[in-house]
Amino acid sequence: MEHNIYLYIFIMAGVSYLIRVLPLTLIRKDISNRTIRSFLYYVPYVTLSVMTFPAILEATGSFYSGLAALLVGIVLAWCKRGLFQVAVFSCLTVFILELFL
Amino acid sequence: MKKENIICYKKGIHHGIPIALGYLAVSFTLGIAAQNAGMTAFQATLTSLLVNASAGQYAGFTVIAAQGSYLEMAVMILIANARYLLMSCSLSQKLSGDFPFFHRLLVGFDVTDEIFGVSMAYPGRLNPFYTYGVMTAAAPGWALGTCLGVLCGSLLPANIVSALSVGLYGMFIAIIIPPARKSRIIAGLVVVSMLASFLFAKLPVFGFLSSGMRIIVLTVIISGAAAILFPVPEEEQT
Repeated sequence: MEHNIYLYIFIMAGVSYLIRVLPLTLIRKDISNRTIRSFLYYVPYVTLSVMTFPAILEATGSFYSGLAALLVGIVLAWCKRGLFQVAVFSCLTVFILELFL
Repeated sequence: MKKENIICYKKGIHHGIPIALGYLAVSFTLGIAAQNAGMTAFQATLTSLLVNASAGQYAGFTVIAAQGSYLEMAVMILIANARYLLMSCSLSQKLSGDFPFFHRLLVGFDVTDEIFGVSMAYPGRLNPFYTYGVMTAAAPGWALGTCLGVLCGSLLPANIVSALSVGLYGMFIAIIIPPARKSRIIAGLVVVSMLASFLFAKLPVFGFLSSGMRIIVLTVIISGAAAILFPVPEEEQT
């Protein structure tokens, strides 16, 4: 069955809105369960890690440029460079390397 | 409108401009991802206007590219955007109680990492008009960048598209690495998550899992295990 792209978009928008607005309207108190709080706290780091690797190795023209972009990104982020700089220098790494590869 | 609200709104726009510039660059690479998933400029821009979530949209595009089920899409968005649940919980405590209920429905529309960040940094209780100001500047930047990414992505030479397509991952890295530097547990989680993701993607045993399902399954298992093994002390949570 061919899926309808607008239904996909509608689901993305609906679920995203509910996630954001339900706590704002329903839960006026803090969540007290420590395990749930810890789970919600760890989720973004795990999701973003899983989404980044190994996908970044396949995103570019070559495995090596993707790997180099990953390493440059990690080093810059470790040195407390901002979101924008890390993104730009990752891109530049790939661009420069692929001139030679 | 009260004069105080207008001042807050203008201040919000002012703070939203650097956010909009950052969004413009990042959503450009998101536009390229949308195009790779087979979306038109209109569809991708509409998604950005309605969803306002980098990781969430990216995750959604992988589901679209793989023609996954609608349920898979819903669960995927729930997982990829789960952090907004926590942020909205914090915001609900921060919002001033002097405003009518419908302001909560509007503020909830555009809770992102950056808008949440500046809203929480607002001194005292939050005036929703400040957040509206930030949204007024930032949201069009997000949508415009996505649109340009789809349109120009196809005009640019292959090596530039190849370079830009790591921009989004660069942003993800910039979000996960600074906390990993501060906390050994998070650093360990990042390493374990990446290794597990690599194994699940490469081992034929796990070949039945789509890339979307892989993200969901690994996130629930690893975060769940971490929550049980390393419960976070109250004062460290944001």
